[in-house]
Amino acid sequence: MSLLALPASTLAARVKKGEVRAAHVVEESLARIESENPRLGAVLHVGADAARETARRVDDDVSRGIDPGPLAGVPILLKDNISTLGMPTTAGSRILDGYRPLFDATVVEKLRKAGAIPIGKTNLDEFAMGSSTENSAFGVTRNPWDMTRVPGGSSGGSAAAVASAMTPVALGSDTGGSVRQPASFCGVYGLLPTYGRVSRFGLIAFASSLDQIGPMARDLGGVRAVFEVIAGHDPRDATSSIQAPAPARTGPLRVGVAQELLSRPGVETAVAARLEEAAQKLERSGAKLVPVTLPDPDKAVATYYLIATAEASSNLARYDGVRYGLRVPGETVESMMRLTRSAGFGREVKRRILLGTFVLSSGYYDAYYVRAQSHRALLRRAFLKIFEGVDVVLLPTSPTTAFAIGDRTEDPLAMYLADVFTVYGNLAGLPALSVPAGRDAAGLPVGAQLMAPPFGEDRLFAAAEQLEGTGV
Amino acid sequence: MRISEQTIAHLARLAHLDLEPEEMERLTRDLGAILEYVERLADTGETIADDLLPMTWLREDNPMLPLAPGIAVSVAPERHNELFKVPPVLGGDRSKSA
Repeated sequence: MSLLALPASTLAARVKKGEVRAAHVVEESLARIESENPRLGAVLHVGADAARETARRVDDDVSRGIDPGPLAGVPILLKDNISTLGMPTTAGSRILDGYRPLFDATVVEKLRKAGAIPIGKTNLDEFAMGSSTENSAFGVTRNPWDMTRVPGGSSGGSAAAVASAMTPVALGSDTGGSVRQPASFCGVYGLLPTYGRVSRFGLIAFASSLDQIGPMARDLGGVRAVFEVIAGHDPRDATSSIQAPAPARTGPLRVGVAQELLSRPGVETAVAARLEEAAQKLERSGAKLVPVTLPDPDKAVATYYLIATAEASSNLARYDGVRYGLRVPGETVESMMRLTRSAGFGREVKRRILLGTFVLSSGYYDAYYVRAQSHRALLRRAFLKIFEGVDVVLLPTSPTTAFAIGDRTEDPLAMYLADVFTVYGNLAGLPALSVPAGRDAAGLPVGAQLMAPPFGEDRLFAAAEQLEGTGV
Repeated sequence: MRISEQTIAHLARLAHLDLEPEEMERLTRDLGAILEYVERLADTGETIADDLLPMTWLREDNPMLPLAPGIAVSVAPERHNELFKVPPVLGGDRSKSA
């Protein structure tokens, strides 16, 4: 059996015992990327030399009796909006083509210290703006379960790479569902941590009050192991939290079931059926099911797109052709800036910058931005109230399974509605986990989403353990 | 809400973007449809919640060690010694970019 089929924690344990050499694991991973990536388009850059060097250091540590860390010798792929010293970081955008950061993101530093081996960078929708990984300047990524379908997005490269066993684990980023929805489409686990739990230092900003980095893996233990390494306070991220995780709960798990969402128009019958089965499985494991009503999902999507685009229009103002990335020459600094941004940004990014500029412009600010912020506050209050009565909430990750490539590219609103069940977590700053929950009639994976109160990741893992084995 | 091509052109100027006629037409249509969808937030009679961004906590604004200038400019598209080099800031085609 391929070493890459092993859970990350098993692999690390075998490397630490000296039963398997990290150098050998890295070669397997590089070979797998070489054989699978031409058809999937999941990986944008491979850092083979640096990965081999890191593997040698891990093996040296083991031979000298030094513990290389909890992820010893585990190869990991990183979404290409996470800054890496020595590897390009493009955010899937022509405007950052060839850019090489001068520092590692905090999560990358932590992974290296834990013995993990960053091996390459994965494709994404440009600046993480999308739900299909069709918006990348460097080509589309395909779903390993059906090559005519999208892997989801925006962390579609990481999801496809993990699902096709290029590495046991990967990192994505999640602003409105970008870890969980591709995890659902590709049949893997994907975690959105509580806002502030994982440092955003070195993550290329899209919407700073919503962005979080999260792990993806084929097994629950892999997601948990990577999360435990990357979580924690970081003084370099102004919004990094010093709050301790919520204490573990004792007694039977109380699961809020958002039943009315399952009969919503647009929710596929197979998705509803797999969610019903997941609820029954939790009940058979001793959980108490409690019906809950979640805030209006259409309003949540509207709120999300107003806030996310407002923040994006501000964050993306930094791409001006002066300090890094693309420059298209112009006669004056202003014309250089316009020519650079017009050539460097893709269609969806321009659409969101303009929407965000509109939302923040004089005369519309109160009607759109302030009202969206108010809805966001109300939505968070509603969720905190729900969590007074339940430990976790169960709902679909996505209303559908993976859709066909090209299906939604001409209809931005249809694409935005792919996030209808995932934006809750980002807007309310709550942790959420997508768990593989079976397949539809065509064999495409379905994801069940668990949400918990702030800092309640352990509750998500406890509930997900009960669902293990229902997956694909 | 209806949005005009003039509004899109104004937003593009604010965002430092030039739009081709085809892009202008498409964006006018797309933004109109998106704004129609978000209208559901308006006029609901709900009061404005005042605990905006409740999950944000900010650290003290303490200065930290910056990148050395020579390193910072090493990734610049154009540089002169330890400085970022840019075209003239004053003059030129200001009429297009006001």
